[in-house]
Amino acid sequence: MFRRTLLRLLVVLTGLAASLPQAWALVEININKGNVEPLPIAVTDFIAAGDLGQRITDVIAADLKRSGLFAPINKQAFIEKISNPNQAPRFDDWKVINAQALVTGRVTQEGDGRLRAEFRLWDTFAGKQITGQQFYTQPENWRRVAHIIADAIYESLTGEKGYFDTRIVYVAESGPKTARKRQLAIMDQDGFNARALTNANELVLTPRFSPNRQEITYMSFEGNQPRVYLLQLETGQREVVGNFPGMTFSPRFSPDGQKVIMSLQQEGNSNIYTMDLRSRTTTRLTSTAAIDTSPSYSPDGTQIVFESDRGGRPQLYVMGADGSNQRRISFGDGSYSTPVWSPRGDLIAFTKQSGGKFSIGVMKTDGSGERILTSGFHNEGPTWAPNGRVLMFFRQAAGAGGPQIYSIDLSGYNEQVVQTKGFASDPAWSPLLE
Amino acid sequence: MSRIHSPAAGRMQTIARNPAMIALFMTLALAGCASKKNMPNNAGDLGLNGGAGAATPGSQQDFTVNVGDRIFFDTDSSSVRADAAATLDRQAQWLQRYPNYAITIEGHADERGTREYNLALGARRAAATRQYLASRGVPANRMKTISYGKEKPVAVCDDISCWSQNRRAVTVLGGAGM
Repeated sequence: MFRRTLLRLLVVLTGLAASLPQAWALVEININKGNVEPLPIAVTDFIAAGDLGQRITDVIAADLKRSGLFAPINKQAFIEKISNPNQAPRFDDWKVINAQALVTGRVTQEGDGRLRAEFRLWDTFAGKQITGQQFYTQPENWRRVAHIIADAIYESLTGEKGYFDTRIVYVAESGPKTARKRQLAIMDQDGFNARALTNANELVLTPRFSPNRQEITYMSFEGNQPRVYLLQLETGQREVVGNFPGMTFSPRFSPDGQKVIMSLQQEGNSNIYTMDLRSRTTTRLTSTAAIDTSPSYSPDGTQIVFESDRGGRPQLYVMGADGSNQRRISFGDGSYSTPVWSPRGDLIAFTKQSGGKFSIGVMKTDGSGERILTSGFHNEGPTWAPNGRVLMFFRQAAGAGGPQIYSIDLSGYNEQVVQTKGFASDPAWSPLLE
Repeated sequence: MSRIHSPAAGRMQTIARNPAMIALFMTLALAGCASKKNMPNNAGDLGLNGGAGAATPGSQQDFTVNVGDRIFFDTDSSSVRADAAATLDRQAQWLQRYPNYAITIEGHADERGTREYNLALGARRAAATRQYLASRGVPANRMKTISYGKEKPVAVCDDISCWSQNRRAVTVLGGAGM
């Protein structure tokens, strides 16, 4: 019963009604903010030594809550105390507090020191188990296990992949605006486990993940030579991408991870190039006396969306992966920048500058169906969660302060700040590990 | 307008941090924001650094104070304005008189654009500045350029008077660019 309720919710939000069975296609499409009724769910403390079970439970509940699709019930309201998570719970005790789903679990330490985490997800109104899974990990990865369990719950109840076991690379900023220090940093999607990837001595911008999550491509002003770099996350090894005769910037990986696409600045013009990481061959894709930048591949690798001011103000254009058939897709008021193709392939997110405001929006890949998700003094640089349902971006208030990263649902609902220690900008969401 | 209070607060912070801005805002207060011609182009216009004439001819200070090391641009534009051309004419004369200096032209943008576009816009401003100086006889091989986009503002506030100070190209004696 509740499963269908939630599926309806997703139908409403993503406009996939036509592809779903008849009964669901009758749901009215209405994407007003606050329209979503989060699903009440009870996440009980996992049975474990010490407070580990509670800590894992708290991470799971926080993930589910932040998604905006779930409303974890306050533990104080629980009637039944779970002592054996493998035994069917007293469903009536959970129904009476309106918990439509229930999570129970246990964490034990194996002989080899690893943690074994198991959980069960119950449908309280149907009175049966929906799924039960177990995972093994090193004790220091306890947060990651919690995120993986949260993903399993999310996927079971929504039918869509989760995005909690993911990371964000971003630019950590500190100091006054006129002498701002910037470092690359990485954190879990919930803001925890943040660490710096570069020191604060050089200006770094626009980090982006490779499809296998092992590498970052970014721009650095190291040695006063602004260029695109690769960074191996595991080893910390860095290298310049290509040997270009000018500033290279705005890098991004191709979906197969074999190429980096970027802008090359020469005199007053910037054009889009790719470099094949194995053969080291470079290919020029655009050739205009204009600024062509912010390229982003479609997930199948056949098309590229980018930003160009060849028509006057910055607008969005799409071309084939070989540079063919370049055509403008954005025609609204103002200018459009930083397009990013959705992992699902059906939408393009962008920054829109209009009427003195900076907004984050999405449009279909032909430029139709534009929707603004959030708007204000300065919002910039969207990045997609790997399931294409949530975006992050950065927001800057007027004046002397600094930027912060926010997340927002594709519906424009559930906007939340991502807690970072200092200022933060240029978020890039990692893919899911399979 | 609700803006009335916040820019003042922004200016107070700027003033506290940067004495040069006091004179700048005084100038703006007298000239009015819309009057580009009266924008100060360099520290000399602000009456700082001991004033004109105090610097040794051919020195860094001479260049900054008596010639003017920076020009300003209109929003989203890389066209060299008439007031900027006058500054660049002085720069070209000075650089021809002192041929030992190589220069780097730093291009900058204000914060009212996206990061990546502004990197390109700053580069375009630096290139326009270099082309103008070349047209006035400064050899191309003495000039390098670099763009910092919107990442290195000199003025911090939330209104037009301040953004216009950040849309600039600064000629740095020596410096490091590409």
